[in-house]
Amino acid sequence: MTATDTHRAIDAVWRIESPRLIAGLARIVRDVGLAEELAQDALVIALEKWPGSGVPDNPGAWLMATAKHRAIDLLRRGKRLERKHEELAREIEARQETAVPDLDAAIDDDIGDDLLRLMFTACHPVLSTEGRVALTLRLLGGLTTGEIARAFLVPEATIAQRIVRAKRTLAEARVPYEVPRGADRAARLSSVLEVIYLVYNEGYSATAGDDWMRPALCEDALRLGRVLAELTPREPEVHGLVALMEIQSSRLGARTGASGQPILLLDQDRARWDQLLIRRGLAALAHAQELGGADGPYVLQASIAACHARARTPAETDWASIVGFYGALARLMPSPVVELNRAVALAMLFGPAAGLEIVDALTSEPSLEGYHLLPSVRGDLLAKLGRSDEARAEFERAASLTRNARERELLLGRAGACARGSPT
Amino acid sequence: MRFMIIVKATKDSEAGVMPEEKLIAAMAEYHEELQKAGVLLDASGLKPSSTGWRVKYSGGKRTTLDGPFTEAKELIAGYTLIQVKSKEEAVEWARRFPNPAVDGKEGEIEIRQLFELEDFGPSEAVERFREMGIAGRK
Repeated sequence: MTATDTHRAIDAVWRIESPRLIAGLARIVRDVGLAEELAQDALVIALEKWPGSGVPDNPGAWLMATAKHRAIDLLRRGKRLERKHEELAREIEARQETAVPDLDAAIDDDIGDDLLRLMFTACHPVLSTEGRVALTLRLLGGLTTGEIARAFLVPEATIAQRIVRAKRTLAEARVPYEVPRGADRAARLSSVLEVIYLVYNEGYSATAGDDWMRPALCEDALRLGRVLAELTPREPEVHGLVALMEIQSSRLGARTGASGQPILLLDQDRARWDQLLIRRGLAALAHAQELGGADGPYVLQASIAACHARARTPAETDWASIVGFYGALARLMPSPVVELNRAVALAMLFGPAAGLEIVDALTSEPSLEGYHLLPSVRGDLLAKLGRSDEARAEFERAASLTRNARERELLLGRAGACARGSPT
Repeated sequence: MRFMIIVKATKDSEAGVMPEEKLIAAMAEYHEELQKAGVLLDASGLKPSSTGWRVKYSGGKRTTLDGPFTEAKELIAGYTLIQVKSKEEAVEWARRFPNPAVDGKEGEIEIRQLFELEDFGPSEAVERFREMGIAGRK
């Protein structure tokens, strides 16, 4: 193996092991930032040693043992020697010397809980949304700062700064490293789900730039979701979110045409939908429903996605159920965006006029001002009603509002078709 | 990217010898690790080739041949499908795969990457495959 090969192998080990490593260390040192530094130190030592010695059989245990030694060293001799650190060092050492013959086994017992603690901590409400996203991808996704920066199209320094600030905020706020219980748990869990879905959506529908989607982010989010589902098997909403992401991912290959242009759901070639992911999504959804979570917001959204996934042709879509799910979603979390989607489903069920009635009412909604999908949907319904001039104006307006270049092309294309009087 | 870890058949797997408890436990543990890491997509064992058949082609002619087939190493006994960030990550996961052979005898796995959309350049023929949903997926 060449040095480059070894470095690559170490990168892979890092991606696999770093979340567990940081999670376990954070429990010992009670500081997520310090835990990550220690894990990084262990990585640096691995980079020095492994090219010569080869990757050890159990690289995770090796990294953990190395990081723990570093923790003791650092805490002992560090200039920042405080009583607390001294006690911690003694505690770690004591644990290593106690009757537990295999310390790593002891760590392993708790590793699931540790990962969950880390997830709750990285998504803590004390952090800004951007901070939560960056920290989650970094600590739990095993992504480098550079990878996160490229995914979000921002300079690497910006992401680095967000991560530093987030860690500092956690330390200053003395956020306890724990899995929240009781009433707090539900709210904190929805923050974790929100972060994961935000990452997913950033990938699924890139908000800016030339790409319509950045599938790598979808994969990262889906992986985090799958990990979380293993950690919290009894939470229906977690399975609901996983179901939603699996089903949406099943369409990734069908969402773009040969030249990268977006293809909307009803125009997609369903033979290109990934049946494996659909199967996984439907299974996750069934699981969420078995757990009694049919009414949760993610389970409802997954139920809608499942209606599309089950329909072999657009004509077979169960629009009545979809309208019902959107109605339930609107009651649960009233939002003009949900209402807009319900209007689309209603239009499919009862004709464009039924949808347009709701959409027209939404045009005075201040929160939708500047939201390109409103004129886009309105244009679509108007075009179907044969009101081409109005439709064209709406498509043009939508095109001027979207920040995504591919989507703008699509919308201008539809505006042009209206002008020519051809069906859109 | 997706990789398939293909478990090659052995004399034992072809003879329908069920793996011992220890091997089943090791396999379960390995797949649990994959699942916990969010990389496991699918996995399954295959029945011996005695329950399978082949279709051979020669020009327009096709002949059906019932199993069993003899060359165990060319047969597969199971597969595990994973989705990872890089080839190196797949290498690392594959390295951890337990010896799939009964009683720790000689076993073999083979790892193959699945085609993905970006593996194909623009081509009309490829586009037709794509439209049929045959050419790679994410």
